[in-house]
Amino acid sequence: MRSRNASSQQCWMLLNLLLALAVGLAPVVIALAQQPAPHEDLLTLSGEAGRSGGRLVVSLRAEPKTLNPVLATDAPSREVIATMRADLVHINRATQLTEAALAKSVKVSPDGLQYTVTLRQGLRFSDGQPLDADDVLFTFRVYLDESVHSPQRDLLIVGGKPITVHKIDAQTLVFQFATPYGVGERVFDGLAILPRHLLEKPYQDGKLAQIGTLSTPANQWAGLGPFRLKEYVAGQRLILERNPYYWKTDTKGHRLPYLDELVFLFVPSSDAQVLRFQSGEADVISGLGAENFSVLSRQRRGYTMVDAGPGLEYNFLFFNLNDLDGKTAPEVARKQKWFREVKFRQAVSAAVDREAIVRLVYQGRGAALWGPVTPGNRRWVDAKVVHQPRSLDKARQLLREAGFTWTSGASGDSALIDAEGRPVEFSIVTSSSNADRTKMSTLIQDDLKQLGMRVQVVPLEFRSLIDRVMQTKEYDACVLGLVSFDADPNSDINVWLSNGGTHLWNPSQTHPATQWEGEIDRLMEEQLTATSYEQRKKLYDRVQEILAVFQPMIFLASPDILVGAKNTIGNFHPAVLEPYVLWNVEQLYLRNGAGNSGR
Amino acid sequence: MIERRKLAKWLVVLVALHGLIACAGFFAPYDPVEQDRQLPYARPMKLHLIDTQGRVHMRPFFYPLRMREGSFDQYDEDIARAMSLKLFAEGPRYRLLGLLPCRLHLFGAAGARICLLGTDGYGRDQLSRILYGGQVSLLAGLLGAGITLSLGLGIGAAAGYFGGWRDEVLMRLTEPFLALPWLYMLLGLRAFLPLAVSPLEAFFLIVMVIGAVGWARPARLVRGVVLSAKERDFVRAARGFGAPHRYLLWRHVLPETSSVLLTQAAILIPQYVLAEMTLSFLGLGVPEPLASWGNLLANLQQYSVLTSYWWMYLPALAIVPFFLGYLGLASALQEWADPFKVGRGT
Repeated sequence: MRSRNASSQQCWMLLNLLLALAVGLAPVVIALAQQPAPHEDLLTLSGEAGRSGGRLVVSLRAEPKTLNPVLATDAPSREVIATMRADLVHINRATQLTEAALAKSVKVSPDGLQYTVTLRQGLRFSDGQPLDADDVLFTFRVYLDESVHSPQRDLLIVGGKPITVHKIDAQTLVFQFATPYGVGERVFDGLAILPRHLLEKPYQDGKLAQIGTLSTPANQWAGLGPFRLKEYVAGQRLILERNPYYWKTDTKGHRLPYLDELVFLFVPSSDAQVLRFQSGEADVISGLGAENFSVLSRQRRGYTMVDAGPGLEYNFLFFNLNDLDGKTAPEVARKQKWFREVKFRQAVSAAVDREAIVRLVYQGRGAALWGPVTPGNRRWVDAKVVHQPRSLDKARQLLREAGFTWTSGASGDSALIDAEGRPVEFSIVTSSSNADRTKMSTLIQDDLKQLGMRVQVVPLEFRSLIDRVMQTKEYDACVLGLVSFDADPNSDINVWLSNGGTHLWNPSQTHPATQWEGEIDRLMEEQLTATSYEQRKKLYDRVQEILAVFQPMIFLASPDILVGAKNTIGNFHPAVLEPYVLWNVEQLYLRNGAGNSGR
Repeated sequence: MIERRKLAKWLVVLVALHGLIACAGFFAPYDPVEQDRQLPYARPMKLHLIDTQGRVHMRPFFYPLRMREGSFDQYDEDIARAMSLKLFAEGPRYRLLGLLPCRLHLFGAAGARICLLGTDGYGRDQLSRILYGGQVSLLAGLLGAGITLSLGLGIGAAAGYFGGWRDEVLMRLTEPFLALPWLYMLLGLRAFLPLAVSPLEAFFLIVMVIGAVGWARPARLVRGVVLSAKERDFVRAARGFGAPHRYLLWRHVLPETSSVLLTQAAILIPQYVLAEMTLSFLGLGVPEPLASWGNLLANLQQYSVLTSYWWMYLPALAIVPFFLGYLGLASALQEWADPFKVGRGT
């Protein structure tokens, strides 16, 4: 867990401090300290000491599908599970750096292939059973088992080979990598350590998938997180209670978490969530749109609204660059002649008014983007990527160079035609359930009209949109957004690798279709095994610069993370990484004692 | 005579209202899809006659709006710049009644935009959008009603005139259409049709869908009229002289249905305007950036718009005079065509 040499340690600390100041949060400095109690190796969190008791009510978009961390893929499940589980090493959502969690220390061998993990002593699961190295061994066996189909499995395959784990003694394990892994100990973040005493039998019977449903009796489910299952009311709410065996304390030696109960209400629409928050039924709100944020800010009544700055969501326009066989969508195949022209894409990018998108779609609460790394991702953003201001002249110039010309149309406005005399017309598909992206598309439509392109915006239901983009490939262009789950470049590796499933403009290629895609592949794979941050940053910067030139995605804007909480909630320090508000749920507390967050 | 005058009064009102919408290009100061990205969600601008120094102006004038620093939708009047309103001003190009190229607008202003009914989230002039939106909604209503009435007339006349098994089959066919709620029929029918279409296709698709849903009631009514008309003495006499079916229908029977059809039209048109609005409101009508009354109101689906910008409700008010006009016309028609009145003209 410690850095490998003194100078880089200083760098870390400095960076840590700078980052914390930059977000405007109180610096969160985490100290590793041993408790006087001889048998329990607790972690002390610095920061404001709170008071115990009370309940916190949070709204969720949908009911979680499962409580099983091995199988959860949907956002509501992940949000709930994050409050019930713990990992060996954890990424601090405020500093975006790693911290020791269940592991007391992680030692990396000089060749970067071996990680020796020492567990904290005397820790217990939320049902009182002790944690030891066998639980960790079991956990990794489950994650790596192909028949379990865990979404995390891919992260544990390094250099084409799965990580191997050996137990040294009851508290020590060795993780062996096939090649050096650039991500380093970040790989352990989010991998919940499982209770072997509860899950080994179902796992051996092949029934792991049936375990951990919401209706599981509370005494048959355990984790290492701050909260544990209490009660589930179908269609209404999920109640979690304080885990009395949790392994963190505050500076006064008080065992965390402060809250007695954490309640998740199922509130399907974002407008309904706003109403619940306004009426005081929910104590915190996150994932707000800019418009609802300003409504809430305007009529502030006993709550604080916080704009945490740009998050990791990036929205973009991309054209269909798939290799179509000519039979499936001949219309699209004909238009691809334009889309494949780099200058055409550059012209579109030059014509897009990103500032207007930020202003009109996000009411100024967002950042214009020229690359996939948002300003919120401070460690990885490439400052050298040019922030090209909007220029219709430049766009026209590029189009002229690519052989496009203009004719004056019947109604007096000019129409863009290609070298063969065909008018440039295409449609942009986007998700009908996302008002922000529909609005972006409408703005782009108007921007491109000024270049003489006739663009139609077609909002589609999300599922059929994804089906068109990934399966049938019957679309011209699409406006979509992605949210990186971590600040590290690896979290988006499937978007950039040409054989990646989410390489949206031309997914799952067997061989890179263009030279620059091949170059990106090479750089991404190289950064995967490079071990120093500087080396990896250099490689990833190059990826960002290639993307900025070839514009397979025309990056648009990134919304700020907008959240709110009642004034009575202490230690409310929203982060730009998920979960925005609940990342420090163990430290959240109610200022005037228990019972004030009634419903 | 009183009925006639009443009828004429309502007709004049409706013709005037439709004229306003048909000549939207002239009455609207701006192109309905033109965005002004400096003016999103601007409130309706006020016209003044007295300026801040207390001087009275002969011409109405307005102060352009300036976005308040650091805000997104709060504006201040720029009192340093009084802009006078020009009548019959040159403005963006349009085609009068879809034909004549023209640049003359009822009013306008040079140097700043005047948005009397405010703007939407893209800074588009709400007044222009309401006027142009009316073209889509009203035309959809008129064409839809035309389709419905032709279907109703054809089917009703065939069932009533020929009778027998044909009558039986056709009338059974009307029953599901009468029994099922029209909104679900509308949504169901729309779901079968392609989602991603060009604006023009979308418009005709809606017209067809709306037109195809409501034919059952007029068909029933027409059938009733035809049943009684074909037993009238003069029809029997004509038949006795050997007149063919076509002649009888055209000459004697169908003219009898005219009053029913007219009344039905007056009732159906507003209903169909509402149907178009419903579909567009739900995102199944004409796509952005085109305006229709339905998709103008669709903005209100967002909680923030609902609570913050009252002028986004105005498109709902626009339909009120039209509905009043049509309902007035329908009742005047009914009085005029009342069969129990003595001395009625045919």
